[in-house]
Order: sequence, then structure tokens, then C-alpha cells
Amino acid sequence: MRYLPLTPNDRQDMLATIGASSIDELFVDVPEDARLDGPIRDLPMHAGEMAVEAHMKKLAKNNSAAGDMPFFLGAGAYRHHVPASVDHIIQRGEFLTAYTPYQPEIAQGTLQTLFEFQTQVARLFGVDVANASMYDGSTACWEAIVMARRITKRGKAVLSSGLHPHYVSVAKTMARFTKDQLVSEAPTLEAATDGADLLEQIDDDTSCVVVQYPDILGRIGDMSALAEKAHSHKALLIAVVTEPVALGAIKSPGQMGADIVVGEGQSLGVGLQFGGPYVGLFGCKQKYVRQMPGRLCGETVDSEGKRGFVLTLSTREQHIRREKATSNICTNSGLCALAFTAHMTLLGEKGLRELAMLNHKKAVATADRLASIQGVSLLNESFFNEFTLVLDKDTRPIVRKLADQKILAGVSLGRLYPEEGTLAHGLIVAVTETSSDEDVEALAIALEGELA
Amino acid sequence: MNMLTEGRPTKQDENLAVPDQGALKTHTGNRALMVDEPLIFETGSPDRSGVDLPEAPSVESRLGGLDRDEPISIPGLSEAEMVRHYTRLSRQNYAIDVGLFPLGSCTMKHNPRLNEKMARLKGFSDIHPLQPVDSVQGALGLIDELATWLKTLTGMPAVAMSPKAGAHGELCGILAIRSALEARGDAREVILVPESAHGTNPATAAFAGYKVEDIPANTDGRVDLDALKARLGPDVAGVMITNPNTCGLFEPDMKAISDAVHEAGGLVYCDGANFNAIVGRVRPGDLGIDAMHINLHKTFSTPHGGGGPGSGPVVFSQALAPFAPLPFVEKTADGHFHLVEEETAEDHHESSFGRMVAFHGQMGMFTRALTYMLSHGADGLKQVAEDAVLNANYVLRSLEDVLEAPFAKSGPCMHEALFSDNGFTNGLTTLDLAKGLIDEGYHPMTMYFPLVVHGAMLVEPTETESRAAIDQFIGALRSVAERAKAGDEMLKSAPHFAPRRRLDETQAARKPILVWQEPEEYAEAAE
Ligand SMILES: Cc1ncc(COP(=O)(O)O)c(C=O)c1O
Repeated sequence: MRYLPLTPNDRQDMLATIGASSIDELFVDVPEDARLDGPIRDLPMHAGEMAVEAHMKKLAKNNSAAGDMPFFLGAGAYRHHVPASVDHIIQRGEFLTAYTPYQPEIAQGTLQTLFEFQTQVARLFGVDVANASMYDGSTACWEAIVMARRITKRGKAVLSSGLHPHYVSVAKTMARFTKDQLVSEAPTLEAATDGADLLEQIDDDTSCVVVQYPDILGRIGDMSALAEKAHSHKALLIAVVTEPVALGAIKSPGQMGADIVVGEGQSLGVGLQFGGPYVGLFGCKQKYVRQMPGRLCGETVDSEGKRGFVLTLSTREQHIRREKATSNICTNSGLCALAFTAHMTLLGEKGLRELAMLNHKKAVATADRLASIQGVSLLNESFFNEFTLVLDKDTRPIVRKLADQKILAGVSLGRLYPEEGTLAHGLIVAVTETSSDEDVEALAIALEGELA
Repeated sequence: MNMLTEGRPTKQDENLAVPDQGALKTHTGNRALMVDEPLIFETGSPDRSGVDLPEAPSVESRLGGLDRDEPISIPGLSEAEMVRHYTRLSRQNYAIDVGLFPLGSCTMKHNPRLNEKMARLKGFSDIHPLQPVDSVQGALGLIDELATWLKTLTGMPAVAMSPKAGAHGELCGILAIRSALEARGDAREVILVPESAHGTNPATAAFAGYKVEDIPANTDGRVDLDALKARLGPDVAGVMITNPNTCGLFEPDMKAISDAVHEAGGLVYCDGANFNAIVGRVRPGDLGIDAMHINLHKTFSTPHGGGGPGSGPVVFSQALAPFAPLPFVEKTADGHFHLVEEETAEDHHESSFGRMVAFHGQMGMFTRALTYMLSHGADGLKQVAEDAVLNANYVLRSLEDVLEAPFAKSGPCMHEALFSDNGFTNGLTTLDLAKGLIDEGYHPMTMYFPLVVHGAMLVEPTETESRAAIDQFIGALRSVAERAKAGDEMLKSAPHFAPRRRLDETQAARKPILVWQEPEEYAEAAE
């Protein structure tokens, strides 16, 4: 067995050292009726690299890879070009096969990278501090709601209808058990965000208002008025960013007064991977640092006065505080955070702004092309790299049919909101630097065919 | 002195006096391969970039007047600099690839590179979670195949694949327990957790809205069955038991515990973080449990990545299966894979407790874990458990004369050996020993966990170490342990040879600096 170094002789010698006559003696504590007499049945026996590779390739082939066809899906996961050097860095064994930096003297590589990650995220979001990552955007969003409850000691969270429906579902699942009260509705097909409606929902019982920016339909709303209203009721504004590249083009949530900003960092460095692993981003104002969930990396010095980094403020965390911890998270998304940071470091502000404008302008051109089709209208007045089309037919069957023709057209609102009949004609289309003019034309022609 | 033909000396003068290396200073402060690396904020600049992008189409932007009009202040590097920066940083890390990593409870085994290669096949890495299901049949098939392995290896009838890590899996299990109890109108409020449990256990129970109470341990490091029985009652929703437990021991009374809890109307959660010790040899399903998470990043070799990502699928008993979260994969009679999401929940699975994460879980980890399982097979996995347990017992018996092993008398350990700091002198602690071990070229064991042992040291060698590697490690640990018992003052200032000397964690927490700030001079110059 190629991963197991012990030889039969080693095993014999070691058993002798231990003073056991057989390996079974080491399993004496297992009750006899629970001991298996041989390898578990109904599973294959060991296999060499070639055989395993053949098996996995067969499974892989039975999927339509985004890069092989025109592709326009977004809705919380985006296809961006990840530079080759990013994958090279995350495959370095010193990063890949380390763990949580519990021994900082021999983990400065991971720790300094996390410090860079935290700083990048905080600057991107326009907030003071950020943590060392969460599982993903949806869990980061719920953790932010819990944090707002802790800070305000109130249990009512107002969710924007533009918040990703999976994020809403996660919050609803959890709130049922924690007895938090959630105010939430499905979106309506209007050009404006629901900012004005949300203003009226905020009252003295509200812990937070949660707004996605840009929202699930691609709309971008100014959150300043919401921040002001929330603050006047001593509630918090939580902004949720599922497409961080957008913040190279539009104002940061922090600049508009958000208290906590969370997001999905997958766009940078990570890749689609069928939904995971991704990387949750979590930032907030300085004054709330001690209420944050997750690991935090901080600067300090060693005994010779040299700068170094350590995990810090761990009295918030499960391994110290146990049932009183701010969160139960332990393993987070370290390697994806490294990928995010390596990609962001390649971009820099200049590259990020260029990438964002490239995405945006391609999306504008695409939106206009698609909206010129008979039976298609564009919902959004403003958007970043993702917009919603309203077709004069149910979009879900169309999306499935186009996928059979090897065009991945977008995300139908019918898939995201199966209960909402009024949304069935909506189609969310995302356009990134990876979508070519030919791809757009192929989609346009296919849609024309379906709607004719 | 010997000379090459071109006149270059090849051997040092034998009479040369070599100064004490500690006294030597270098101009840069670096020491050969030990090189300090500044932060990107000190070397990069916002107008430098390592990517070349095509021209954007010339259309008017439509950002609704919300253009980002303030500096973002994120510096960039060229590709050459970026690669060097992170490569240099990587060299300041200890990792499994570098050496034995005996971090107890974390199962730091070798991460096979075939796993990495398979995860990068475009049919897995480049598919979107919301593609129509007909276009991702291979991915759904993979999830189903991995689910089958997990169910078969644990002897449990159902599995939830979406939890993102062990702690998220715990949450999944506890929410299922709560849902099952609520479904029968039973509002129990307490979860019992042993003192020795990992911190995520009580944190999870609290996160799910439960009150947490301790279960006492007996003197040989196991759950005190009588004390547990005495505490069971109509207010107890369930227990969270780690098996093998965090002292590295199998809980021989597991079945009796399960029976007692069930009799009292509660349910049994098993923390399966230590499954590596028994995979292929014992099926937890035979011990009466109702839910257990499996850390794919431990038992099934997906890399720990400097802190994550992980993956924590949860297997369920028949009693909890109906409450499993959405989404999940179903195979239809004609071999087609169907993804059960929100839309069909009402039709088929009305008792599911709902969604706990966006999309469908850690696909990238599933690919790696399945690759690993196929490589080992049922026979290889059994050997994995046996070698892991053998290595740990070998460490235990080779060191128990020098380090106190509080539970060694109760018999063999499982996959990890537990020691205490009893016998250290001159105020030396487990921390000092750990830092001394760093100087010997090792990552230390898990320290101060579990809490039930003073100065705990939890050593998990795993099965992917050779006998020679383990012998060498035992020699190093023995030497440092002897120094700790002899009160060697030098340990207090260890490590001496790491990229950093001991770091001041108190200062870090007192005035937290969590993001980089421009040095004052810069700020003043900018004014
Ligand atoms: C015994 C035990 N339980 C639970 C966990 C939590 O797992 P994770 O870190 O994947 O959330 C760990 C790991 O750190 C553990 O060792």
C-alpha cells in the first residue's frame, strides 16, 4: 500500500516492543460483537494510481465544464480567470499540508499571509478589521446576524429581499432553533432595490438589517440611508457581498456606513468547484472586534523584539470559552484565503479596478445585446457584472434545454425561488472576463431561437 | 589548501578559527536560507500589477452613480515578486511534507498528490453549483459514491454531505436531534458533554440553542457510565460522546451509553473526529449512535491547508435520517442522479430541518476523499487504522518511563498517546517542552488538550510515518522530556533555532493589531 511505510517486519518488532502478541490485542476495548472479522464487505479493495485515475476521470467526464462552452452563471459563485501562479502557491506543501498555526514560531508563513489577507479584506470592504476566514458567505452571514444580536441584545433581524435565497434559507434554519426573529420576503421584479421598504421595517427591536450589495438580481443600491436609519435605532447595518470583484468598481459598504461586512471570497483565487470549498469573508468596525467569530491573526514581537504574527483574542473562541464562545467554528478556509490573497496581490488596486471595469463593461454590452431580443427585457437600471432578464416565457425549461445544447445560459429564478410563480420568467446572467464575444452571440442566438 | 584548476579554493583552511555563530551578525539580519520577508504593504504598490487584462469594451458604465471614488490601497506585485514573496513565506512553515506532525486529534497524515490532481480535473473544478442537474451527473454521482462509502464504513443508513467542517457537522447532528425531538413534541433543553470533549462540542450545542452540562469522567479517562445514567432524565435531549475519545481511548461502554440515553428518551451524538483509529475495523453504527460527523480532512487525507478547508459529512441512524438537511442527492431507478433542493422538499422530505449552507458542500474535498478511499480500498483502510493504532502504542510504550502517561495502565491506546507534565521541575511546562521540540525539528503535539489532564500532551503519529521516522521522533521527545524533568533552564527560552523566538501573545491580545497600518512617518509625509 503506497501510503503506508510500515513493513510486516516493522509491525512484528513494534508489537514486541509494545508487549502485544497481535494487532487485535490493541483493540481489546472494542466490545467483541462490534469487532469486524475482515475488511468491510461491499467495498472495493485497494487500487493503484492508474486505476483510480481512470475511475475519477470517468466521473469527471460526465459533467459539462464551464470552460468548454458559453457560460453565464453567477448567483453567488463566479467564474473568473485564476492566474497559474496562484495554484502553484497553494500547492506548496508548506502551505497545503500545514494546519491552524498553533505554534507561531514555525508557522509565520501561514500567519503573515493571514495578516495580509485580513488587511486586504478590510480595505476592500472599507472596514477597520477582518478575520482569518469563515466557511463561506452563507455561514458568515448567519454569524454576522448572531454577532449583531450579541451586540444589540435584540433578536429581530430584517433581511433584504435581495439577499441570496440560500443565505436566507441558512438564516431561517438557524433562527428556528435559536428563536431569532427574521423579517424576510422574496424579491419582486423591479428595477429598484428594496432599500425604501427596508427603511420602514427598522425599529427599536431591530438588531440588524442585512443587505446584499450588489443584490441577488444584480441591482446596486446606496445603503447610506439604511445605515443612518439603523444607527438612529441603535441597530446595525450588515452588508453582504457575494462578488468581491465588484468592490473594484463600486463604493465599499464601509464607506456607506455598514457596521459588519461579510461576503463570499470565491471569486478571487478559488474557482467554481461545484460550490465548495469557498471562503467566507468577515469584517467589521474596530469597536466590535471582541464580538467577532473565527480566528484572528495579530501582530506582535518575539523575545528578540522581531516582528511576528500570532493567533490572538482567542478568549472569544470555542477551545477557550467552550459553550460561551462567539461561534463554534474551528477549521476554517485557510487555503482558500491564501488563494484569495495571492490572487489579490497579483491584481493590486490597479489590476482590481481594471478587472472590475472589464467585467462591468462586458456585462453592459451583453445586457444590451440580449435585451434587443424580442421577448427579453432587462430589469436593471444599474448593475455590476450580473443582471436579471425578464423573458416572456418560463425560464427554467429554457435553461435546461440550452444546457443540453452546451450553452450554460444563467441561473433561472425558478430554480432559486420555486415557490414564487411571479419570478418564473426571471433569468440571472453573469458576465466576467472569461466570457467572449462569441459566447455572448451564441447565447443571444440560442435565446432568439427559444423565444421565436 | 586545495585549489581547482582555475584557482578556486575547495576546502577551508584547517587552522581557521571558527567564531561562535551566535555572535555573528549579518548585514541583512538574515541567515542564509532563513530569510525574513516584509509584508506586501511594504514592498508592493497599488499601481503595480501581475496580471494583463484585455481592453474593456467602450460602453458607458451603469453603476448607478456609486463608483468607488476613494483609494482601495491594496498593493500589487508582479508575478515574479508574488511567487517569491509567498515562496519565502512558505519556508517559514512547518508542514507534513516537511516532517512528522504529531498534532493529536488532528490526524496529520500524508496528503496524497493524486488527490490534488483529481480535484483539478476540469469536470470537477470548473462546474457551477447551479448548473442544470443533467449537466453535472458525474459530480452528483461522485457525491453519491462517497456517501455510499461513508455509510458502509460506519454502518449507518443515511448521510448528510453538506457540512463544511467538523464543527459544522456537529451542528448538523445537533439540529437533527433537536428536530426529531420537536417532531414528537418533546422540548428537551440540555445536552450533556464530557469535560474532555473538544471545545467545538459545547460551543455547537450552545450555538443550536441548548444548555450544556458536563458529564464526569472516571479515573481511567472514560465516561463515567453511572454518573451519566444518574443525570439522564426528561430534560436531556442527548449526549455528545467522542469515540475514540480525546484521551486517545476507546469508550468500551459506548453501546451501554447509547442504550441508556435512548431509554431516557434522548439521542446520541458521536464526535467522529478520531475515526482514523477504527476505520475499517469497527462500524460506529454497531454501537447504537444516532449521528456522527466524519472529518474528511483527518481520516480521509484531504489537506489541512494551514487551517482549512475541511469537510464534515454526518452519518445518521434511521431515527434521524428523515431530518437530514437539504440539499441531498438521490439516485433514481434508471440510474439518474437527482438533487433534492428547496423545490421538492415539500413533496418528499417535509421533515428535513432545512438548508445549513449555500450550495452542496465541499466538492473539492469530496473528490480528494473518494480518490483516497479508492486508493486504499476496504483492505487498505483497515490497515490504516491498525498502523495508526500500532504507531501510537509504540510511542506510548517507548516513552512512558520518561513521561507520565496518566491512562497507560488502563490498557492500549487508540491512535494517539496522552502524556502529562507531571515530574517537570524548575517551573518548566508543557509549553516549554513543546518549544524545545521545535528546536529538534518537530512540530509539537497538541498541548493542554484534553483539559482533564494537567499540561496535556496528545501525540498522534498517524499511519504514514515509517518506523525510522518514529524512532527518531521518540528519541527527540525523550531527550526534551528528560531536560524538562531535569529543569533545564534553556527550555524556557526555546525555540532558539526557529524563524522566530518565542512570540509575545499577551502583547498581541492587549493591543490587537489585526491589519497593517501605514507607519507614522508615511502618514505625516502624506499630510
Ligand atoms: C475531537 C474533535 N472534535 C471536533 C473537531 C472540530 O472539527 P473541525 O475543526 O473540522 O471543525 C476537532 C478538530 O479540530 C476535534 O479534534
